[in-house]
Amino acid sequence: MSYEVVGITVLWIFLYGYLIVASIDFGAGFFSYYSRITNKKHVVHNIIQRYLSPVWEVTNVFLVFFFVGIVGFFPDTAYYYGTALLIPGSIAIILLALRGSYYAFATYGAKDSHLYSFLYGATGLLIPASLTTVLTISEGGYLFVENGNVQLLYGELFTSAYSWGVVFLAIVSVLFISAAFLTYYASRAKDKPALEVVRKYALSWSLPTIITGIVVFFLLGKRNPEHFSNMMDLWWMFGISFVTFVGATVLIWKRRNYGTAFVLVMIQFFTAFFAYGAAHLPYLLYPYLTIYDGFTNEAMAIALIVAFIGGLLLLIPSLILLMRLFLFDAEYVEGKK
Amino acid sequence: MFGFEYDPVIYSRILTALTLGFHIIFATIGVGVPLMIAIAEWMGIKRNDPHYTLLARRWARGFVVTVAVGVVTGTAIGLQLSLLWPNFMQAAGHTIGLPLFLEIFAFFFEAIFLGIYLYTWDRFKSKMKHFLLVIPIVIGASASAFFITTVNGFMNIPQGFELVDGVLTNVNPLVAMFNPATPTKVAHVIITCYLTSAFILGTIAAIHLIKGNNHVYHKKALHLTMVSGAVFAIATAVIGDLSGKYLHEYQPEKLAAAEWHFETETEAPLILGGILTEDNEVKYALEIPYALSILAGGTPGSEVVGLNDFPEDELPPLWVHYAFDLMVGIGMYLAAVSVLFVVMSWRKKWNPLNKPLLWAVAAGGPLSMIAIESGWVFAEVGRQPWIINGIMRTEEGATTSAHVDIMFVLFVTLYIILGVTCAVVLRRMFKKNPVEHELEKRGMEQPKRVSNE
Repeated sequence: MSYEVVGITVLWIFLYGYLIVASIDFGAGFFSYYSRITNKKHVVHNIIQRYLSPVWEVTNVFLVFFFVGIVGFFPDTAYYYGTALLIPGSIAIILLALRGSYYAFATYGAKDSHLYSFLYGATGLLIPASLTTVLTISEGGYLFVENGNVQLLYGELFTSAYSWGVVFLAIVSVLFISAAFLTYYASRAKDKPALEVVRKYALSWSLPTIITGIVVFFLLGKRNPEHFSNMMDLWWMFGISFVTFVGATVLIWKRRNYGTAFVLVMIQFFTAFFAYGAAHLPYLLYPYLTIYDGFTNEAMAIALIVAFIGGLLLLIPSLILLMRLFLFDAEYVEGKK
Repeated sequence: MFGFEYDPVIYSRILTALTLGFHIIFATIGVGVPLMIAIAEWMGIKRNDPHYTLLARRWARGFVVTVAVGVVTGTAIGLQLSLLWPNFMQAAGHTIGLPLFLEIFAFFFEAIFLGIYLYTWDRFKSKMKHFLLVIPIVIGASASAFFITTVNGFMNIPQGFELVDGVLTNVNPLVAMFNPATPTKVAHVIITCYLTSAFILGTIAAIHLIKGNNHVYHKKALHLTMVSGAVFAIATAVIGDLSGKYLHEYQPEKLAAAEWHFETETEAPLILGGILTEDNEVKYALEIPYALSILAGGTPGSEVVGLNDFPEDELPPLWVHYAFDLMVGIGMYLAAVSVLFVVMSWRKKWNPLNKPLLWAVAAGGPLSMIAIESGWVFAEVGRQPWIINGIMRTEEGATTSAHVDIMFVLFVTLYIILGVTCAVVLRRMFKKNPVEHELEKRGMEQPKRVSNE
């Protein structure tokens, strides 16, 4: 594998990691607020809080990791995406800032406020929508580049079916992934009432997720035929994605093996996300930037990869410790510690 | 807005200054407070004194709230670097990608252990085990300060690459990271974070004592923070001196601007305070003979390069002198107050808890934060007009986007909201649950039996 491919693979894995952990978090915020206005707060609030409190900060790091990493490996992305995304990027920052800090204010400041809860729920849906702008414009046709000046075509962005499709896909996926995880977590916690609520959420978001997924798949075909035909070459990966989706939904429906169901959901998104990403190569931004012309120098590439391996050696044991203490420790999950 | 024409460079500079200025309040606390928490928890174990353990616990609780704001504003500055300075990041990404990347690892490490630390106060039988969890937090916090400061060092003394026809070649990331600015900058940043945090926590204790709340808990807190503060203040002075020598050798224009030093000469005087007239005359200033030469080179005979030796369009604005003086002045004040407190505590007959000294300590927290801000302003504005010293001018690095002014307004609003809520939440947290109440609730005779929070 060339350094370019190693670099983008590393980054894509981290983006996938963010997709999963952030979805759980974003969806949990929404469900937490939704259950509040439907007077079911006392049922699900506890399990959501028990999971989120120790890990919310870690979630944020995945995102920072990705955007710092991409500038490190592909400095030219800073130029194109940085110039074009000033407004959507800033909006995402503001939403993330409100969300992160108000979560901490509410949790550690020990004040149960309706406003905080609303902010937390609403931003959980708006952030995925604003972050997906990056994926949307990477397909090409949304930028105007002339004399080294890059502009985002807002008219095109807001009127294109594809960009709206991606926004909806992001939101429903967030809710589905999150509900599937919470179902598993509630079953670990042996919290029957909560389990009933979140299981219903998971089932009701499963169908919208797969339908939007298929719709966006075909919208992309219209938007970027080259990317689409590459994706068709990887049809089997999307096939695995679909099969695992069906498997997960059936398990949740039959109230069995919630843990396996969540792993299947993770595979569902892993295969779809990687097939999408692999088919997009070699472009980082169609048609201006490929992973080859935007790549950093060799010395930096080696240094980054070494740092990455060293970092992982440190991180993986720590993450395992975190999960053992808060995710797989039955007594903690059940609320006895 | 502001009556001048829209210029993305100016707005990018103001917005970056705003975000960074807001972020470093929380970043400073984020680097320094974990060490203070560690010291307090350690004292609690060593002396078997539950007061210190409770101190660590309460500090940690307040700390998370500030960490949250630090994390989100740190994310903001991280993204803004690419959004506001795309050309700079495109060029610099080739040389500073490594420390930026490593900083995230350090932060990751810290984030993981902070989550664990906060939720395991009562989970382990051995107190020592829980104490060990704070060590990765201290290391992670200081390591991220280290890595990010090397990036800033690179912007001051860029090296580790060759520039051939405007293209960066022969890059060596480690040489770029360990540039001559790195040792003094990193040491200065980390030690002042420790110093500031010690004083901020000292301020809290002092205010309680001023209010007549004479609980031994607050006395212990004050003593702990002031002894640490004195150590950090002395270290800061030593490192500050080294920083002066570094500037003399590598960035003489910055030192000259800080000191309004116009003519190259030996036996140069140090100028304190004063104002600069329009024809560059220094008025009302206190001059200390030879001091600048000694600061710069170690002997009165050292020659200090003056501003007149540089092309005018490569000089920073001369008002950085005020920021420099403010920083140094406050540094001296903090050293004096903490050392005085320590000396007075040694002597049996002297009372370090007298009102004037308490007030002096109480002022130290806010003042130290002002010193951090003015130190940053001096360091950053002092290298203008360059974004990468000698390589790329600031206006070449900025975005060309047409909307930076709107973003500026949005971010001002955001920071006001965050700042106010953070203050309100912190106040309420500790008002609602005063120390006496918590001591009682935890039954300090059997400090082990406490509920999870």
